[in-house]
Amino acid sequence: MKRRDFLQQTAASTALIGLGGLTLSSFNSTTQKKITILHTNDVHSHIDPFGPDDGRNANKGGVARRASLVERIRTENPNTLLLDAGDIFQGTPYFNYYGGELEFKLMSMLKYDAATIGNHDFDNGIDGLYAQLPHAKFDFISANYDFSNTNLNTHVKPYKTFVKDGIKIGVFGLGIELDGLVTKDLYKETVYLNPTEIAQDMSRILKEEEGCDLVICLSHLGYNYRNNPNKPSDLTLARATKDIDLIIGGHTHTFLPKPTIEKNSVGKNVLVNQVGCYGLYLGKIDFYFDSDKNKSADGTTIIV
Amino acid sequence: MKKKYFIILLTLVLITSCKQEMHLTRIEGERIEINDSLSGNQDIENFIKPFREHVNNDLDSVIAYSVDTYTKNDGELNTAIGNFMADAVKEMAGPVFKTRTGNNIDIVMLNHGGIRSILSKGDVTSRTAYQIMPFENSVVVTGLKGTSVKKMINYLQKAKRAHPISGMSIKLNVDFELLEANVNGEVIEDNKTYYVATNDYLYNGGDNMSFFREGDSLHTLDYKIRNVLIDYFKKVDTLDLRADNRFIKTN
Repeated sequence: MKRRDFLQQTAASTALIGLGGLTLSSFNSTTQKKITILHTNDVHSHIDPFGPDDGRNANKGGVARRASLVERIRTENPNTLLLDAGDIFQGTPYFNYYGGELEFKLMSMLKYDAATIGNHDFDNGIDGLYAQLPHAKFDFISANYDFSNTNLNTHVKPYKTFVKDGIKIGVFGLGIELDGLVTKDLYKETVYLNPTEIAQDMSRILKEEEGCDLVICLSHLGYNYRNNPNKPSDLTLARATKDIDLIIGGHTHTFLPKPTIEKNSVGKNVLVNQVGCYGLYLGKIDFYFDSDKNKSADGTTIIV
Repeated sequence: MKKKYFIILLTLVLITSCKQEMHLTRIEGERIEINDSLSGNQDIENFIKPFREHVNNDLDSVIAYSVDTYTKNDGELNTAIGNFMADAVKEMAGPVFKTRTGNNIDIVMLNHGGIRSILSKGDVTSRTAYQIMPFENSVVVTGLKGTSVKKMINYLQKAKRAHPISGMSIKLNVDFELLEANVNGEVIEDNKTYYVATNDYLYNGGDNMSFFREGDSLHTLDYKIRNVLIDYFKKVDTLDLRADNRFIKTN
């Protein structure tokens, strides 16, 4: 009799969690965790905000403002990662005068967690990039550039994992084919590997071997090539892989008002996002985790 | 008895909740505009300030004076600003090429689209060079046979645009047919090698200038076009630019 009462009570509690996600009795509590991913791409040395007279981006952008915003979000949720999808270099005289030193120092002050490498990051050659690495307190990740025969060897890792509030997050990097975009004497012996195959490997390693709860691809492939649909892009990558939760893109300077939801190779949702260029926007994606199985059985709700 | 059962069950629940498996249940995405509603972080501002001041002082210090305003649309087949750019490459990059190879730059060819801004009357600064040439393109020199130089001339006939050239003169009739062409005042010989300077973008096929690829050699001078302009501004002091007869057609 008493046992039945107990079970009924439990069932009632579960239903309540399902409805509102409230914290309940001590022994049957469910835990909620929130991971915030912040991202930029193609900032192109835009350190100062655009002036009031700029024809297109008047009064927008600026690293100091981005710093305030990131700080505020980190105060709200310390379990935050800040990522950049490449093309940090080139676009204002700051790069021509300081070769990227200022960009890396500022990103370090903003506590970026990782960045991938864009084609313009080779603009002062692979040696120019290497020379600036001491100014970066964050890691560069790229899984499909083989730097074995260059001075970047061992300085760039294919992926990085982070643990925030017990949630394991794996982030791997992908770069665009350099031939045709960057002259060979700048990228030297860097070998470009097929990003789709690499992404399939990486997502398996991060999900199965590393046991990540969240897998993020930091890509400089470009969002989508309408006139060349077979060219690797964030959308082709999303469709051809599994176990990736979020693709953060760059290169094409695509201003997505909200993340794109794409189906992966096993029919599950993948988010693809990109925030244009020049530090005009900050992308913010919140991932909510719940210990309650009943809730997750209904699938993941995406609000964009 | 019943109480004991309850405790076991309670323990089981506690154990499972200790090693909680977390499930992704909800994702929320948004884009936040960075604008003047956000105040800048003061530490970051203070850090940037000396860099900004140095760059601005350097960019805005006067290095030459322009007697007029020049644009790339001032003439049909050659313009004052285009002639200045091509001549500056010949004058500034020529000695670099000579030191490295012992040869002279015979011809310079750039592209009309590569002139990205006007040159305004008045003070000229390094910032002016950044406006005219915001890209990082560098001077390259290739050795072209006379036959390839003739393809270059054919390209110019068809393009009907004021692509900047130097070292060469071309005269067309009213129908854009070739009347006369020479390099440094001499008739073009098919088998002679002419050293042609351009930028790496055009050498690599930009603007469909495929004739550059017929060259027998490629010399990269590690000299950015923008730096050519800055050095030229410093050298000449006053810019009094002119269109001339280097590329014309009869009416």
